[in-house]
Amino acid sequence: MIADDLKDFKKFTPKTLPREEPFVSGHRACQGCGEVLALRQVAKAIGTPMIAVSATGCMEIISSPFPQTAWAVPWIHVAFENAAAVASGVESGLKILVDKGRIPRKEIKVVAFAGDGGTADIGLQALSGAMERGHNFVYVCLDNEAYMNTGIQRSSSTPYGAMTTTSPAGKVTPGQTTWKKNLPAIMAAHNIPYVATASPAYYLDLMNKAKKASLIKGPAYLHIYSSCPTGWRHGADLAITVSRLVVETNIFPLYEIEEGRYTVRKNNQPKPVVDYFKTQRRFAHMTPDMLQTIQERVDRDYQRLLQMEGLTNPAVVKEERKVAE
Amino acid sequence: MAKRVGMEVSISISEAVKLANVDVISAYPITPQTHIVEHLSEFVSDGELHSAFVPVESEHSAMSAALGASAVGARTFTATSSQGLALMHEIMYLAASMRLPVVMSVVNRALSSPINIWNDLSDIMAERDSGWIQVFAINGQEAYDLTLQAFKIAEDPRVLLPVAVNLDGFILSHVIEPIELFEQKEVDPFLPPYQPVLRLDPEKPVSMGAFGSPEVFIEVKKQVEEALIGSQKVVAEVWKDFGQRYGRVYKPVESYQTKGAETILITMGSITETAMMAIDALREKGRQVGLVHIRLWRPFPFKEFLQAIKGAKTVAVLDRALSPGGVGGPVGLEVKSALFGKEERPYVAEFVAGLGGRDLTVETFIEVLDKAEKYSQKQKDFQYELIGVREK
Repeated sequence: MIADDLKDFKKFTPKTLPREEPFVSGHRACQGCGEVLALRQVAKAIGTPMIAVSATGCMEIISSPFPQTAWAVPWIHVAFENAAAVASGVESGLKILVDKGRIPRKEIKVVAFAGDGGTADIGLQALSGAMERGHNFVYVCLDNEAYMNTGIQRSSSTPYGAMTTTSPAGKVTPGQTTWKKNLPAIMAAHNIPYVATASPAYYLDLMNKAKKASLIKGPAYLHIYSSCPTGWRHGADLAITVSRLVVETNIFPLYEIEEGRYTVRKNNQPKPVVDYFKTQRRFAHMTPDMLQTIQERVDRDYQRLLQMEGLTNPAVVKEERKVAE
Repeated sequence: MAKRVGMEVSISISEAVKLANVDVISAYPITPQTHIVEHLSEFVSDGELHSAFVPVESEHSAMSAALGASAVGARTFTATSSQGLALMHEIMYLAASMRLPVVMSVVNRALSSPINIWNDLSDIMAERDSGWIQVFAINGQEAYDLTLQAFKIAEDPRVLLPVAVNLDGFILSHVIEPIELFEQKEVDPFLPPYQPVLRLDPEKPVSMGAFGSPEVFIEVKKQVEEALIGSQKVVAEVWKDFGQRYGRVYKPVESYQTKGAETILITMGSITETAMMAIDALREKGRQVGLVHIRLWRPFPFKEFLQAIKGAKTVAVLDRALSPGGVGGPVGLEVKSALFGKEERPYVAEFVAGLGGRDLTVETFIEVLDKAEKYSQKQKDFQYELIGVREK
């Protein structure tokens, strides 16, 4: 039960942030990268002892150019599509070696990191398998909404309308023609104990969720919005701005699903989606019609999320109503 | 003491894995898995084997999970076949280059298409260059013994490479053979628990699977190559130790009736025992024929192989995999390469046969030997011949 796992959980405050950095400076991420910031926040929140597993991708490439490493904790990378499978092996191996008395009985957190391509596309099968089997590890999807490491190709996590090198804004098709795959919903459908979304602009919220995810026994899934100045074509000083706007517009709502119960961070007076779209050149070609379509979809999806909360977590809704009155 | 029992070969392999006291087993039942992992999961389920059994969702994940488990210092096993091995292909190379000593039974079967679950060596031959140590069993007892030995070879600090133990699909995997099974106390001194040199340990953090630029890549590959070539010494030591303890002697290349043989047949795997019958039949008729079978395929034992075929005028190679558009099969290619630089070399007749489970009988081997001698006399210039093709 989550309640038992979280009985000693204390929320971080700006004053109680850990000093320890499992992921250290000196890595080769682009200037203004929002993804590496999210990665650092997760690693800092979970802390040591930790074993990190990376899928191939930006974070793997920038953190491990031999003979350098940005990982102060044990780290393994095998391939692109299998971070969840490798983490399954790491977790199973640790557990049996502890049981057999071959390594000390000390809880080591296993954390898998992958991008949206490694999660929503090529790694989805391995992820689904690992979640279904119930391995005790945290899977973190650092979602920068395209294959940035390989040159900004579209993924199933690329939002509608976004321009990438394989969803160009051409004369016939205006950027990505499909809607972003809803990975948190797919993970929730696996009935795992913990699913959450986070944005590095809300760093305490992100770190608290990462900590909770690591304390809960069983699989936990974090879906983290990770801005990419290089791929999204925005200024290197705007990572936090866009990471905040995406939440303020309800394009990327922050919520948790604990044992099936939704808790949504409320934003009932959202900014118009256009405020977000005008910050990035990947959306520069978008027409008012497209923006209107997106606005309607964002509003509908947010309402649906509130309905899920009402259905699964009536206590929270009642509490909020009381506060409002 | 060891007892001899009639047992399905697949089940005997799971008995060997149990005696190895393996820590993690990951497996997926892709068309078709064998009783090897089914039986292992029963052992775990009944508490007879203290292991983590990870029933992954694909062969790709089976190998990936095996690497994760091996990286934390667990003794790790998986088993696969044909399409499953092909799906593992990407991770096979990583296992070797990351120096993770996983042991795998490969129940050799054809690769689709057409879909065909029967035996040949196409599956493992596609992994020839993956950097794994690869051995071939000719019967059930060997499959059992080689499995036990594989852990000791793979985990040796001088080796640290994965090992594939190959056994023929159905012909070995699904038949019942008399097999001498060891007791746990007999095996323990031979195979103590795995002592990893490096593992994912929070007390001593390491980064595994780093990004290798052109400035370091070749050096890593060279190290794997040196470890693989160097492993032959360790393989020999392990086989010597095994022979002294249990009385069964293994060599990288084995000879049968090669004394005075003018024509030598080269085989790998379970067809060897059928081929021996063909050799016996021809010897009875006074023909100077012999047989050499290759047990250690990677690293290829060049010295022992050349010694074994010394004096032969004709070498007939029987391959059970085809390299389309090339010179035949991989064994023939290896044999020809091994001989190319030699001043005195026999005539090599390359045959490909038995693909997709086509039966190889005593008559087939007699046909192959007859043809090899005929072609040798004429010094026929040909690449290879596919045996047993029905033209109508």
